[in-house]
Amino acid sequence: MFQRLLESQGAMVRVTIDGQPYEARDGDTVAAALLAAGFDHCRTTPVSGAARSPYCMMGVCFDCLVTIDGTGNRQGCLIRVRDGMRITMQRGKRELGQ
Amino acid sequence: MNDASRSRDFDIAVIGGGLVGSSIAWGLARVGQRVAVLDEGDVAQRASRGNFALIWVQSKGLGMPAYSHWTLRAANSWPGFANELKEQTGLDLCYERPGGFHVTLTDREWLHRDALMKRLTSQPGMPAIEFEMMDHDRVKAMLPQIGPTVTGASFCAADGHCNSLRLFRALNQAMQMLGATYLSNHIVDRIESAGGGFRLFTKGGEVRAGKVVLAAGIANARLAPMVGLNIPVRPQRGQIIVTEKTQPFLRYPIATIRQTDEGGVMLGDSQEEAVDAVVGTPVTAVLADRAARTFPQLGGLNVVRSWAALRVMTQDGFPIYSQSAAAPGAFAATCHSGVTLASSHALVLAPLLAQGQLPADVLHSFSTRRFDVPEAA
Repeated sequence: MFQRLLESQGAMVRVTIDGQPYEARDGDTVAAALLAAGFDHCRTTPVSGAARSPYCMMGVCFDCLVTIDGTGNRQGCLIRVRDGMRITMQRGKRELGQ
Repeated sequence: MNDASRSRDFDIAVIGGGLVGSSIAWGLARVGQRVAVLDEGDVAQRASRGNFALIWVQSKGLGMPAYSHWTLRAANSWPGFANELKEQTGLDLCYERPGGFHVTLTDREWLHRDALMKRLTSQPGMPAIEFEMMDHDRVKAMLPQIGPTVTGASFCAADGHCNSLRLFRALNQAMQMLGATYLSNHIVDRIESAGGGFRLFTKGGEVRAGKVVLAAGIANARLAPMVGLNIPVRPQRGQIIVTEKTQPFLRYPIATIRQTDEGGVMLGDSQEEAVDAVVGTPVTAVLADRAARTFPQLGGLNVVRSWAALRVMTQDGFPIYSQSAAAPGAFAATCHSGVTLASSHALVLAPLLAQGQLPADVLHSFSTRRFDVPEAA
């Protein structure tokens, strides 16, 4: 669905998405990394369970919510990938927390 | 009479389209009255959109056992009321009655709560209210997520909650399905009593009705003198915070914390004298702090909204149901518990208004005559 621009540069970092290993580029946001990895949605909504994917990519629409390193409802478009990051599809309501 | 003027002629006009007015209007339409609801526009500062959605019995009626009876009666008729609205509109009010808690965070608060509940329930003429003062362990058995500083709670099996926005929508829809005419942007400027009926001059034109019910919340203070009544009400600000939707964890409503059917956690409880509905950080900070001490896991959740709304408070905090001696056929209904009392407003009060006369026992307890007693008496 999405392809990286030829001139895009940067080191690759390793993340997991739903437990599977993926490569992302240093500087990618989590939302961009999910799109680049070919995911067509990143969560299901908390009430109706409809699938949602990143949309505005600038922190406004809250449709790119994902679970990052165990914490739900993080805005994927505002958080940059880190090596070793655990990204999980958010299915429905977020966890209550510890 | 032409069609246009006939269409503006009603058996009864309800002024105010919030929860109180809508409950009464639905109840009136339900018994065959031709009803008009004269409402403000979308900008209306409504308690009906800011409330906490509790159907609450415990702690109601200190100083007036009749109010406790009235509240319990309303709470007991809620299941049938919610069912009927659901059958009519298809809207689920998410009504539940698992019982409710009032949590205490210090020993002093617990003792204070215990004393208050004893004072309340030992009043002569009180209905039997099932409640229990619980210690920390007893509460923890029912609410496993409570924090270590919770000292206990009062628990009342009669308490419940609902989705009050759905209630509001269902009433509005249901009354119109039964033929009531809902008129938005019809703020009433003037009421004239004429020929056994009333002429209501509004921003949206004139409406005529045989009877009139003032159910306009705080605006009842302004409207009452137009029909020879005096309704002393004042606004009291309440603030609410709501968190992002989270996994269901809270089975029971708590007086100041409840999880909605969709997963958001509402935190509320402030009583401030105020005339505006502005959100203030010091108050919301206290709300959040108390909630996080009650349920430490709430501390990790994001807040998505906070709002303030104005409660409609009478001098003594109890409802007012009055009828005018000067202008027979004019009534007023004012209270701050529009959710809890919605069932009785629809199923008990409205049929009385349709008959055109409030019975002596209602008037004795709830009319404004109670404010006329000299201070020294």
